[in-house]
Amino acid sequence: MSIWEYANPKKFMAWTAPVLPVVFGGAALCLIVGLVWGFFFTPDDYRQGSTVKIIYLHVPAAFFAINAWIMMLVASLIWVIRRHHVSALAARAAAPVGLTMTLIALFTGAIWGQPMWGTYWAWDPRLTSFLILFLFYLGYIALWEAIEDPDTAADLTSVLCMVGSIFAILSRYAVNFWNQGLHQGASLSLDKEENVSNVFWQPLVICIVGFGLLFIGLVLLRTRTEIRVRRMRALEARARRA
Amino acid sequence: MIALLWRDLRLAMRAGGGFGLGLAFFLIVVVLVPLGVGPQTELLSRIAPGIFWIASLLAALLSLDRIFALDFDDGSLALLATSPLPLEGAALAKAIAHWITTGLPLTIVAPALGFLLALAPEAYKYLLMSLLLGTPALSMIGTFGAALTVGLRRGGLLLSLLVLPLYVPTLIYGAEAVRRGAQGLDASGALILLGVITAGCFAVLPFATAATLRINLR
Repeated sequence: MSIWEYANPKKFMAWTAPVLPVVFGGAALCLIVGLVWGFFFTPDDYRQGSTVKIIYLHVPAAFFAINAWIMMLVASLIWVIRRHHVSALAARAAAPVGLTMTLIALFTGAIWGQPMWGTYWAWDPRLTSFLILFLFYLGYIALWEAIEDPDTAADLTSVLCMVGSIFAILSRYAVNFWNQGLHQGASLSLDKEENVSNVFWQPLVICIVGFGLLFIGLVLLRTRTEIRVRRMRALEARARRA
Repeated sequence: MIALLWRDLRLAMRAGGGFGLGLAFFLIVVVLVPLGVGPQTELLSRIAPGIFWIASLLAALLSLDRIFALDFDDGSLALLATSPLPLEGAALAKAIAHWITTGLPLTIVAPALGFLLALAPEAYKYLLMSLLLGTPALSMIGTFGAALTVGLRRGGLLLSLLVLPLYVPTLIYGAEAVRRGAQGLDASGALILLGVITAGCFAVLPFATAATLRINLR
């Protein structure tokens, strides 16, 4: 199995049709198990009380808000280098999903911030860079919508995605320079002994897996829709010519 | 490339206020802010660095859509693409011409307007330096944005949505340099980083701009 095979939309459609229910089923299972476990079967934090439980939505959403952009970058590169049509459509499909994940992370963060920091919003580097990421998503989606010719649109948005990635990283470090943070450090990282206490950690990982599957499922579903839209346009064009 | 630069400059001059329009806009923003936030001197002098930088950002944005639009419409951009001058060089010349018509006048005039916003006396030097270092990056990034939207009929609003997020690092370092200068802190770090961003933009973005122009001319 190589990704080049799935440059053929027909093969892609045939392969994703049976995979999609499995992915969504897995996502639902993981999210239900993870969220129920997280919300009802973990103790309250000794300082944060029950508000700590928003971590099960906040951290996975933030994680995939960033990864969606990285996935878009990779998909754009594949499109630019090898003219992989499905890849370009997948990048387009991922953008609104990433935008939504960014919004979820910002909202849950605000809800948690009100009781804990005493404010919905602070100009903290992490919060600010997420807001900037949100703007990047908006620009990317707007550019896709604005251009009529699909290949030109795919090319231009790919270039924007690449340049945007550089500036997103620059902005991330620039806001660090500009203001010191209120936000706690990384919740999960591989090089530390213990980040979050184990009772919170296990359901959190399940939630992240669930969000990951949900993300993959949504992207595949939206890519399928894009392919169908493309086919419909081709049929319409053919009908007009006949 | 130099011929192209001169041509763009002459066009900007003769098309009625290529220099003037951006400057006038800058002046108006600087005048409107005290009207909006009130005349307290200490407040104004605190927000002055940010206001100057935001005003230059907006002034640069104002004239971006003219960089390529006219050349695209009358076909001279296609001629440029087929000329022996690489399109990357043309993109660079366009960005420099844009800077000379907007960024450079702003840089010269901004310190003269410092008194309007009660800018701290120590900050004038840093304002001048940060604008001198930072506004070329604004022009280069803007040229890239203009190349992205050149084929669109109503690209103006989209252009600002695309370009303004890209301006974030420049704005942060530029305004931070002036702010630190005003407080008598060491501003050299911010200035160096600002210079790094400008240099990086000029190293990378001409290629991205030329690539987008080729896509749009296809």
